[in-house]
Amino acid sequence: MNSGGPDGVAVAAPDVERRRVSMRVNGQVRTVAVEPRTTLLEALREGLELTGTKKGCDRGECGACTVHVEGRRVLSCMTLAVMQEGRQVTTIEGLERGGELHPVQTAFIERDGFQCGFCTPGQIMSGAAVIDEVKAGWPSAATADVRVPFTVADLSDAEIRERMSGNLCRCACYPNITDAVADAARGR
Amino acid sequence: MHPFTLTKTDDVTEAVQAHAADAHIAYIAGGTDLLGLIKDRVTQPGHLLDINGLPGMSRVEDLADGSLRIGALARMSDVAADAVVRERFPVIAEGLLFAASGQLRNMASIGGNIMQRTRCAYFRDDDAPPCNKRDPGSGCSALHGVNRNHAIFGWSEECVATHPSDVAVAFAALDANVIVRGRDGERSIPFTEFHRLPGDAPEHDNGLRRGDLIVAIEVPARAEGRASHYLKVRDRQSYEFALVSVAAAVTADGGRLRSARLAMGGVAHKPWRLIAAEAALPGVPVYDDEALRSAIATSFTDARPLAGNAFKVELAQRAVLRAIKTAGARA
Repeated sequence: MNSGGPDGVAVAAPDVERRRVSMRVNGQVRTVAVEPRTTLLEALREGLELTGTKKGCDRGECGACTVHVEGRRVLSCMTLAVMQEGRQVTTIEGLERGGELHPVQTAFIERDGFQCGFCTPGQIMSGAAVIDEVKAGWPSAATADVRVPFTVADLSDAEIRERMSGNLCRCACYPNITDAVADAARGR
Repeated sequence: MHPFTLTKTDDVTEAVQAHAADAHIAYIAGGTDLLGLIKDRVTQPGHLLDINGLPGMSRVEDLADGSLRIGALARMSDVAADAVVRERFPVIAEGLLFAASGQLRNMASIGGNIMQRTRCAYFRDDDAPPCNKRDPGSGCSALHGVNRNHAIFGWSEECVATHPSDVAVAFAALDANVIVRGRDGERSIPFTEFHRLPGDAPEHDNGLRRGDLIVAIEVPARAEGRASHYLKVRDRQSYEFALVSVAAAVTADGGRLRSARLAMGGVAHKPWRLIAAEAALPGVPVYDDEALRSAIATSFTDARPLAGNAFKVELAQRAVLRAIKTAGARA
């Protein structure tokens, strides 16, 4: 894949310095030439042609651009690509393992967690990370007492709604999204 | 975004010198507010200095005297999940968890959080209506405009904006200190003096000078820390800025308050301490709502609501009451 040249070039004005950035994207080292102002979202979509990650608001408000960097969910529209040198990036295209869908992906299909599908990659990337955060014992704003250790057994629907609130769905599939994340978290 | 250049630094002294020498340089850590400001053309720095590589600034340190030192580059989510923070200063963990979204909390640094600029819609509008904070001397669109979300304390004719940070309210209540490295070395700024009121220079949110870099927040050991709570009231239950918010930290003895530390968000250009109420509350039983209300009211005699936000005066006092009772139940 990485033959010395960049895998792609994201949008650039002709007179602006571009820089090569190498990241491990979905398990493979990928190099892309970007301007300092290029967001990770633009580098993924336009430089590496990974268009599963969506551009919604481009202001950090809708969650459609959610990806994982070093295993943590972040908003790729509010992240500069040049600041991700050497990092591990996972997008919706890389969530499956050896042809097997991630449990959150399976649950979204079974629970019909989408309608138009535009927010879905971000929802699924966020849902997968929520489960990891819960397993790590992270509390949320829906947690009655943050002083008490948090466990998977405490993951109520109110907890899921709070933890998923950074991902908007214009089709309002929220009840089914909540059910899908709950199923995946509880191993159903 | 406009074109800019970007370099990384792993040396605090170099970072401070570079920033002091060139007014076109902006520090970038999480970037969650800065990139939004650039996209909305509120600010157009020519060069970003990536400070994420500065060593030793991402830790939460539990010091021997019971105080906490939170590195400026620590991420909101990591501080909120920290066991010591949750046990000894729940108001800090809650202040962080009631802010932003899970994705943003993974990105945003503590130093950047308290440097956030106001969410006043006129300030953020890329059509650039009159705004003294964005364009000094141009006027304040909110003063006689849509000001439902704006200040009820400490505003001026020049600016009625509020400070958007949640955890800053907790830090103010706990008498934290902001540790800053600048051209003349390191200094400690009491949290309540870090942000400023708008006065006739609302373009300045705080007293920092060129070169200054926040390196840590220090939270002193306090008995009130354990019995503390952050309450946030907003138009929707999650992922929204505060209409009003309260950080309450108390000690109690036999059901009576011994001490109370109170600060509010969403009501002023800076986290707003309720000094008079803090003086009136000791001795008041935590179950006596009438007596609590009277004590709280002493901090609202100087409230000056705008045309669109008179509701905040009552809402704020009810929020303080609830926050004190929840904190009191932890004492």
